[in-house]
Amino acid sequence: MKYSIPQKELMNPGHLACQGCGGALSLRLVLKTLGENTILTFPACCWSVIDGPFPYSSVKVPLFHTAFETAAITAAGIKAGAKKVEKEYVNAVAWAGDGGTYDIGIQALSGAAERNDDIFYFVYDNEAYMNTGVQRSSATPKGAWTTTTPTTFPKAEFKKDLDAIVAAHYVPYQATASPSYPEDLTKKLEKAVKIRGFKFFHILAPCPPGWKTNPEDTIKLGKLAVESGIFPLYEIENGEKYTINMPSPKKDLKPVNEYLTKQGRFRHLKEDDVKTIQEYVNKRWEKLKRLAGV
Amino acid sequence: MKRDGKKIIFEKESDLPPNAMSLGTTEFNETGSWRNERPVVDKAKCISCGICWKYCPDMSIKEDSEGKAEIDYVFCKGCGICAAECPVKAITMIEEEK
Repeated sequence: MKYSIPQKELMNPGHLACQGCGGALSLRLVLKTLGENTILTFPACCWSVIDGPFPYSSVKVPLFHTAFETAAITAAGIKAGAKKVEKEYVNAVAWAGDGGTYDIGIQALSGAAERNDDIFYFVYDNEAYMNTGVQRSSATPKGAWTTTTPTTFPKAEFKKDLDAIVAAHYVPYQATASPSYPEDLTKKLEKAVKIRGFKFFHILAPCPPGWKTNPEDTIKLGKLAVESGIFPLYEIENGEKYTINMPSPKKDLKPVNEYLTKQGRFRHLKEDDVKTIQEYVNKRWEKLKRLAGV
Repeated sequence: MKRDGKKIIFEKESDLPPNAMSLGTTEFNETGSWRNERPVVDKAKCISCGICWKYCPDMSIKEDSEGKAEIDYVFCKGCGICAAECPVKAITMIEEEK
């Protein structure tokens, strides 16, 4: 078999993720590159459950379950502790969902980013509170169904631009990534491991039960989100230097329709709604291209 | 504390560890029973590209002695990502029988 990403496996099978989980796949890919000298921090999120019941664990590295709003600061504390016992090589990792980042954990995230704590912060974004049964978060895109934004009143607001908020802290490195592009994710991680300071990763993790999709479409949806410009992959260094990795800025984007029609949570959308979303995506894409200078 | 294979059994309260720490892996949890459809690899078609291995969220794709993909049915949840992503359509999903 050809291995385009590290072969080492730091996760055990038998974990409790749903079939076709994008979040479980994301952590598997991330751990491959970060390696054994990693300590994970989970706030309340899907991964609190996926990891398995006490006294079992499905990852082969130490991990710490913490309160919902404290992912970033707990990881920073672990790193400070590691420094004290002269184990500075330890990667302290905060691994939070979109609820624990966009809504509840944003003050701890902002604090750690401002202090430039030497940690990794990952948000695996499944665009709602999936673990508690699909409630809207500020990461839910416009027009999406959730149990708190039913199809008669779908979410009216656009998704919060978290990457811009983090970029406003001028952190040394931040990137967006997708489990559909493991090589790209690995490349970005290899780069980030060498950087001292706050490292932020935004991963779009498709969620079959919450997005009302088929489990086998997880990878396809991740690719469509990137190719249609809904979730472009890019890096920002020191809050200023933008690099677009995918899709190619020279080519036209795919229409968003293909991405939306694959998902049950967007089934109620009318033509006008799709048009509004397309216009918004185009506007955001033009802005990103302007920032990257292409 | 007793171990039954990969399972850990606490008989008395005093058996419990002093703090919440993991003592074993989730490998006792054979998630293969969740499956509705099973992926089957046509080894003659398999080109050993490793794409199914790369995308499996359950670490259930192994390599056989010829370097071709092999599925670990003990843990495979039957999501079908491998069959959907296979570039040569060497993996098909077959309905599971009771």
